[in-house]
Amino acid sequence: MKGFKQAASGILVPLAALALWQLLSSMGWVNATILPSPMRVLVKWWAYLRPLEAFDPAQGPYLKWCFSGELIQDALGSLYRVLAGFFIGGGLALPLGLAMGYSRWVHALLNPIIQVLRPIPPIAYIPLSILWFGLGNPPAIFLICIGAFFPVLMNTVTGVQTVDSVYLRVGRNLGASRLTQFTRIILPAATPYIFTGARIGMGTAFIVVIVSEMIAVNNGLGYRILEAREYLWSDKIIAGMFTIGLLGLGIDTLMSRLSSRLLRWHRGLEQG
Amino acid sequence: MSHISIRGVHQTFQSGGQSIQALQAIDLEIPRGQFVCLLGPSGCGKSTLLNAVAGFHQPTSGTIFVEGSAITEPGPDRGMVFQEYALFPWMTVEQNIAFGLQVKKTPKPAIRTKVDELLGLLHLQDFRKRHPKDLSGGMRQRVAIARVLAIDSPILLMDEPFGALDALTRRTLQDELLRLWLELKKTILFVTHSIEEALYLADRTVVMTYRPGTIKRDLPIDLPRPRDVASPAFNALKKELSQLLMEEQDRHTRDEFRGAAVD
Repeated sequence: MKGFKQAASGILVPLAALALWQLLSSMGWVNATILPSPMRVLVKWWAYLRPLEAFDPAQGPYLKWCFSGELIQDALGSLYRVLAGFFIGGGLALPLGLAMGYSRWVHALLNPIIQVLRPIPPIAYIPLSILWFGLGNPPAIFLICIGAFFPVLMNTVTGVQTVDSVYLRVGRNLGASRLTQFTRIILPAATPYIFTGARIGMGTAFIVVIVSEMIAVNNGLGYRILEAREYLWSDKIIAGMFTIGLLGLGIDTLMSRLSSRLLRWHRGLEQG
Repeated sequence: MSHISIRGVHQTFQSGGQSIQALQAIDLEIPRGQFVCLLGPSGCGKSTLLNAVAGFHQPTSGTIFVEGSAITEPGPDRGMVFQEYALFPWMTVEQNIAFGLQVKKTPKPAIRTKVDELLGLLHLQDFRKRHPKDLSGGMRQRVAIARVLAIDSPILLMDEPFGALDALTRRTLQDELLRLWLELKKTILFVTHSIEEALYLADRTVVMTYRPGTIKRDLPIDLPRPRDVASPAFNALKKELSQLLMEEQDRHTRDEFRGAAVD
């Protein structure tokens, strides 16, 4: 009953917003090109989602046909770039962050250059990335890499640096070697931070993919909404934006589920 | 030969630009199997002394010997139980207990046997798959004791292990510790600021002074075991120790009022 009440109050504001939106357009107060009605957006969304051609067994299996819609192809394209960029960027940041957090020497060596590069927004790398990689996936993935790299790096460094020294004393007391202390104490103790970094990095990657698709590639959700603007298809723009929002929400939910599952031991996440 | 010999140990720390004399001229000989309590107000250096025996830091001067050889680093011959349990929160109860054995590269079947034995000894069988956050304070301290017993060190160092527990849980764990001590015949160096705890547990209580930490009184406790906390003899000793301790506590309080206490 309580859950129902909560769900009901959660849906209240979106419903009101939708009603207002519908009112605005059905009363003719705003130009339909500027702001199409919710119904038109929904119709367009469906058209964007469903396969373009009728099912033809000669063209391939049924499942492939199901995924042939423009929206699904765009979403898959964006998702591919996000994941590729995230895993390359995060994959480079993780070992570097561990080294910087663990060794004062490595930290002193690398921190200055990182502090200089970190405030440069990934978007500022666009001209250079096109100059270096041309058009297509490579510059997009490069930009996403940069977006995911810094959050993972900074959080990993902090995670390793803030490991409670009493755990290390226990390790030394029980005779653990430096390697064992690193793999079995420092690394697990830092995972809450590393996961936070990964979640933020994924969020940044998702922002950067939309931007990079607007300039470097000719498919993906970011490309599609920019393309729709050329034809004044505001309904398609809005449908695309909602798709981007839902996909982002889905990815973030997945990340947070995954981390609270893997960090069940962690006190801070008891309520998670 | 003494099991632990502390000879001429001095310890100074730098804190906020001033140097603090934490330990001064500590000499202590502890025979094998003795249960010794270090008693004193906070700031008397009792934990500093314990950490030096553990090997976490070297004394500024003087030497600590264990079985005749000088201590230079921490080692599994001196297992330590920490004040705030310090269990690894990402490990289950049994993984925590097994850690020290895995570090020693003990074969798996032997680890399993030992862990089962310790779970039984400390009444933890039903909690083996739990994580520390799902345990009460008393249970956590049982796991911490089991973890250190697993490596079977001849010396146990305990830094106010029961300080954070409620009175009843505390008494239960004190009784269990005494039972384990009698059974396993360990040398125990136990830090506390509770007079009653020291009198209930120890063969010998070493009262320390507040800054610089020196030995104020080295008092053997000859009361028969199990000890009756309500007996006249117990209370006579309690009164004596109270007086000694209060003098030091007063000095600590005065320092605190002057803003000079650094804990």
